[in-house]
Amino acid sequence: MKMNMKPSRPIGIVGYGAYVPRYRVAAAEISRVWRQGQDTGALPVKQKSLPGADEDTITMSIEAGKNALMRADIDPALIRSVWAGSESHPYAVKPTSTVVAQALSIAPYTTAADFEFACKAGTEAMQAALGFVGSSMADYSLAIAMDTAQGRPGDALEYTAAAGGAAFIIGPAANSVAILEGSISYATDTPDFFRRSYQKYPEHGNRFTGEPAYFLHISNAVRTLLEDLELKPSDFAMAVFHQPNTKFPQKVAKQLGFTPEQIKEGLLSPFIGNTYAGASPLGFSAALDAAKPGDRLLLASFGSGAGSDALSFVVTDRIEEVRFAAPTTRSYIDREVLVDYATYARWRNKIKHH
Amino acid sequence: MDIPRTWRLRDQRYLLQGNQCEECGELYFPKVFICHKCRCRSLKDYQFSGRGTVYSYSTVYQAAPNFDAFVPYIVALIDLKEGPRVTAQLSDISPGEVEIGMPVEMVVRKISEDGERGVINYGYKFRPPIPLEE
Repeated sequence: MKMNMKPSRPIGIVGYGAYVPRYRVAAAEISRVWRQGQDTGALPVKQKSLPGADEDTITMSIEAGKNALMRADIDPALIRSVWAGSESHPYAVKPTSTVVAQALSIAPYTTAADFEFACKAGTEAMQAALGFVGSSMADYSLAIAMDTAQGRPGDALEYTAAAGGAAFIIGPAANSVAILEGSISYATDTPDFFRRSYQKYPEHGNRFTGEPAYFLHISNAVRTLLEDLELKPSDFAMAVFHQPNTKFPQKVAKQLGFTPEQIKEGLLSPFIGNTYAGASPLGFSAALDAAKPGDRLLLASFGSGAGSDALSFVVTDRIEEVRFAAPTTRSYIDREVLVDYATYARWRNKIKHH
Repeated sequence: MDIPRTWRLRDQRYLLQGNQCEECGELYFPKVFICHKCRCRSLKDYQFSGRGTVYSYSTVYQAAPNFDAFVPYIVALIDLKEGPRVTAQLSDISPGEVEIGMPVEMVVRKISEDGERGVINYGYKFRPPIPLEE
């Protein structure tokens, strides 16, 4: 049985763009408030990004989308889909994607929808866009992976739940910066992490989030992709895995046979935390920023619930022309401004006024 | 802000869309119906680049209820690269970091929320530009 999904014509990424807000809160600061600093020797990340008071998944998607358009250098009106993957859409009912489509001059002749699949909503939108363009229904499709994730105050996830993401314009291979080789999607009913309707913060199954969820799904997706494409880990210049913390992506990379050097460029969680649906796509935009023509790149997401998308791309000469046409992922990460827990609590609406 | 107004002004707010006189070329933001310079009634849409400099600014500590979440925030007069001067909030900046003459670029940000149940209003603000590498 064929597992690998390939388009019926050559396609790839014609433009990509990152966005990370400028504010950070240190994990040690969160520890100071809730644990009196007792766990500072074992923090999952150094710090996490948080959105300013006037930012949300819509505003951040608009900026990442603008950066992707600058690199794609196409008329926005040629784009036939705006698909935004997030677990933090500002409205429960009313698409993030219509605001983004309007603000990027893509509206009105476009499909527009919001995707939700915990941390893999973004690569799910990418898979749909690859199918849409790969089947020739559209020449260009915009997929966005963006989140402003929230952790319950004092919960383990509060150390890492962060904000950021990336946008990708999928189009014909002829003007792509990275051409798709194939992809695998792997999903099962695994309740490792969830948020019920009307609940502000998610629940998680503690250690259940590791082996039966993160490691099982990513490993099966990546191993099947490599088998189907007849590739081995050493064929890849870089690999990006979902990064809920620093340790998980390092461990899954090692289990699958990838070296620390291969994952270094796309491993951003130590500096900005877990940007949920934005995490592996943002790491992938950092990898593209550093890629050379001919490099093969692996993107492997994980979303609780649970599933993984694994995609293989080969970078083209066009990367050299567009790399600096928009701000790099690093330029967003480097503009960090640390805030204290009180400011973070105010901006993230953790304090009730009434 | 009411829903019809949010809808009617979406291109002005999201894209910094003004207009240009088809006779004398004068640029306007926000849009005008009659050219102030030559009285011409024929104007076409014009999208500004979003680049500009701070002409002057003031820091707001006591805000209207819809803007409470953002205090202290900075309201600035921005001279757009193409000419018109617009009033807008600055974002991604602390009061001590603003200087007259500093370059800024337009971003779309949350302007206000009509309570917990109402519409969220988005629109232009300006911030220090993110530098492009070479």
